[in-house]
Amino acid sequence: MASSNRISRRNFVALMSAALGSIMGVVMGIPIVGYLIDPALKTESGEAWIPIGLLEDFPIGTPKSFSFTRSHVNGWEKTVNSYGGFVVRKSETQLLVLSSRCTHLSCSVNWEEARNEYVCPCHNAQFSMEGEVLGGPPPYPLDRYEANVEDGTIMIRFPAVRFDEVEG
Amino acid sequence: MWKNIYDWLDERLGLQSLYENLLDRPEPHGTWWNTLGSASLFLFVMQALTGIFLTVYYTPSPDHAYDSIQYIMNGVAFGWLIRGMHHWGATLMVLVVFIHMLRVFFSASYKYPRELTWMVGVMLFLLTLGMGFTGYLLPFNQRSYWATVVGTNIAGVVPGVGPFILKALRGGTDVSALTLSRFFSAHIWMLPAALAGLIGAHLYLIMRHGESAYPDADD
Repeated sequence: MASSNRISRRNFVALMSAALGSIMGVVMGIPIVGYLIDPALKTESGEAWIPIGLLEDFPIGTPKSFSFTRSHVNGWEKTVNSYGGFVVRKSETQLLVLSSRCTHLSCSVNWEEARNEYVCPCHNAQFSMEGEVLGGPPPYPLDRYEANVEDGTIMIRFPAVRFDEVEG
Repeated sequence: MWKNIYDWLDERLGLQSLYENLLDRPEPHGTWWNTLGSASLFLFVMQALTGIFLTVYYTPSPDHAYDSIQYIMNGVAFGWLIRGMHHWGATLMVLVVFIHMLRVFFSASYKYPRELTWMVGVMLFLLTLGMGFTGYLLPFNQRSYWATVVGTNIAGVVPGVGPFILKALRGGTDVSALTLSRFFSAHIWMLPAALAGLIGAHLYLIMRHGESAYPDADD
């Protein structure tokens, strides 16, 4: 056999088994890896422009609240979250849209007309009409929504961003 | 270097003698019908692997079972492939195991000294049917729900203890959340554990006795 380069039946079967087994392993291995890591590869921006009401319905000089809900789908489970904020119009041309989510621990702040500030019910944090921290534990001002007016309707861009990340 | 690694392992594990004793056995001249046992084993391993991967997304609860399978089919990369293999592999396994049993029966391979191999094999066949029955409920669609209602009703007509068996299978009087979760438990833990153990016994017996040979002119 040493001088012959013919392969024995036994070696041929062993070689073919190993080769076919490897091919099957790779052909099945790749889909399995894709299957397992699939959720990590999904990108969800969740970004959207949302109408919150007619500009004329929001008064000038005092913040007025608004709210909306967004649904979020994880696999086969859907959760609906509520969001809220304030439209602040200091003049006919100025438009500021704040999130009502306290930057301390995410409670919803309320506008206190008599005190002329937003107050958080959880830890008594206070924010000015423009969202600046006046007192209490919050680390930075209220988040803001990028906003513009289309055909008389206020559109905001979800999600809210930190005050120092607002464009322009 | 590989030789050294192999020698080191061989000295401690006895790989060479394992191979000689377990795999390098003399085989009678067989036909393709003699490969059905190996085909059954291959299908069992494939069902085990695809089944393990399905549990990554499947949820055995009445509110989520159906939706989680829809998600596997439409939302996960290659989910359709993993579930498709498990689905068709299940049908194929019942078929292949059954034909394997027929072949052993017609070639009279169950005779002395292989009676125990046959008995273990019968249990393996019944467990395979059990896997099919419990797995059928898991998608929790109309068909699987009513198939389980009918299947468990059949068990319920046993004289005397029928109603008890019915309640024990369903985990109550109705096919419910309890039925789904106990079928799931049976499908992924109890029956596979029993199958794996008995497959080990089956293989040991085959290695011990060798495969049965077809009689030739001298016999």
